[in-house]
Amino acid sequence: MSVDKDTVQRIARLARIRVQEEELQPLANELSSILEWIEQLGEVNTEGVEPMTSVEDMPMKKRPDEVVDGNRVEDILANAPRREGNFFVVPKVVE
Amino acid sequence: MSDLTNLTLAQARDGLRKKEFSAKELTEAHLKAMEQARALNAYVAETPEKALAMAEESDARLARGEARPLEGIPVGVKDLFATKGVHTQACSNILKDFRPPYESTVTANLWRDGAVMLGKLNMDEFAMGSSNETSCYGPVKNPWKPQGSDEDYTPGGSSGGSAAAVAARLCLAATASDTGGSIRQPAAFTGTVGIKPTYGRCSRWGMVAFASSLDQAGPITRTVRDAAIMLTSMSGHDEKDTTSANVEVPDFEAVLDGGIKGLKVGIPAEYRVDGMPEEISRLWEQGAAWLQEQGAEIVEVSLPHTKYALPAYYIVAPAEASSNLARYDGVRYGLRVEADDLTDMYELTRAEGFGAEVKRRVLIGTYVLSAGYYDAYYLKAQKVRTLIKRDFEEAFTQVDALLTPATPSAAFALGSMSDDPLQMYLNDIFTVTVNMAGLPGISVPAGFSEQGMPLGLQLIGKPFDEGTILKLAQGIEQAAALDLTPQPWWQA
Repeated sequence: MSVDKDTVQRIARLARIRVQEEELQPLANELSSILEWIEQLGEVNTEGVEPMTSVEDMPMKKRPDEVVDGNRVEDILANAPRREGNFFVVPKVVE
Repeated sequence: MSDLTNLTLAQARDGLRKKEFSAKELTEAHLKAMEQARALNAYVAETPEKALAMAEESDARLARGEARPLEGIPVGVKDLFATKGVHTQACSNILKDFRPPYESTVTANLWRDGAVMLGKLNMDEFAMGSSNETSCYGPVKNPWKPQGSDEDYTPGGSSGGSAAAVAARLCLAATASDTGGSIRQPAAFTGTVGIKPTYGRCSRWGMVAFASSLDQAGPITRTVRDAAIMLTSMSGHDEKDTTSANVEVPDFEAVLDGGIKGLKVGIPAEYRVDGMPEEISRLWEQGAAWLQEQGAEIVEVSLPHTKYALPAYYIVAPAEASSNLARYDGVRYGLRVEADDLTDMYELTRAEGFGAEVKRRVLIGTYVLSAGYYDAYYLKAQKVRTLIKRDFEEAFTQVDALLTPATPSAAFALGSMSDDPLQMYLNDIFTVTVNMAGLPGISVPAGFSEQGMPLGLQLIGKPFDEGTILKLAQGIEQAAALDLTPQPWWQA
């Protein structure tokens, strides 16, 4: 499957990565060659094959729904690029 | 290189207990070697004060006769393991200045057992790469160079710093991680031993995530015995990782004494790929012959879906990466590029913070998971993965382990492959199947290329049977009896 510039622009938006106009065509070429190489999977007959969901043959572990940790506001905010009091700060999102 | 840095981990451990030298002396010798080896670019953060404090604690324990399994052993830590209050960046600009307020389980296990932290090791950005060239700190240089060459060679990747530091005697052992070959390929390129244990053997808690169904921690060391010692400490069940396996951890060092007589070792026909260099196929045959001489039985086996592992990997790994890396949004930690609008802030932050290879993989992952393509790509890849695992299960009804080359070639010159992502991906052709099936794999030095660069062989084991591949790897190590000391051209 070959991808064009518009497709690169669309997936870059989905991935929240800004891509400059001049980067679109080179990226389209690179992604196309990778995706074309991946196409060979079409040769494999996977009819009736279950998709793998876990490499291990073990049931999902469960734990009691209890609070075991907490009160770490300073730890959580310590690496924030911007904070005010006990809040992370983001640009205004509500008009 | 002083004598103390030339010791193996096992020799250093025994020497410390016999009081032949102190933990402080051992640590100081390594700190000095690191200082003289900055040209290699193996460490991205050195922690000498922490190292000396830990060594002093070890000396006190040794004096009291209370030595723990790794008491006083200086180790390096790959930059993707969270170390409390210490540089942890996965060599990405997007994690600039990040200081985790917690410790990864694997490193916590090492400190519990008395190891000493020397610093954080260079790697490909978010472990995405096979040459260490995608690091935001620039590539590591391989301590090995071809005879008569002035060019710099790659130590492999993504654990290039770990492998180079171990090979150059800048630590006795290093932690590493492997998603598609990132422990085994750099080990092969630097003449070191690297084991990726069974998925679930080591906790992933506190490791910067790349592809969660494939990522697994493991050690890089100079000998198989050292790998066994490190793996015993790093392993173990962890409540904090739901995929951590609740199985007993053997004393892997004790397992090494078992011998390999009577073990059946499979040679998978599909690994004889077109265009395999003569020196690689010769090495592979030599390895099989060595195991046979020591009493193992060599059996031809078939893994029919081998060639599909790499393309399936390049769906699964980028898909999981695009999901895992969504957390880097400029809000809670790491880099932030300010903008008036929230979406602009996300997009500009991620455009500046991620390097080219990481962007490429996040975009591929986003594409294969996007509406209308999920079944054709992701679901198809997960079905192929089931078939790859079945191939191994079938082979393991006939044999105890498999022997293959570790890499399709020796290390290549830095810069020689960075223009062609697909060519770079093919480096993992022999290692990636193991991650897709969650199996343990080890790379052990077995010879040299015609140019004098190290070459490795890989052994693949049954789930949670690392002991068998460690024993077989030791068989190859002893038969090969290589001098794996690079010329210290880097010394300042």
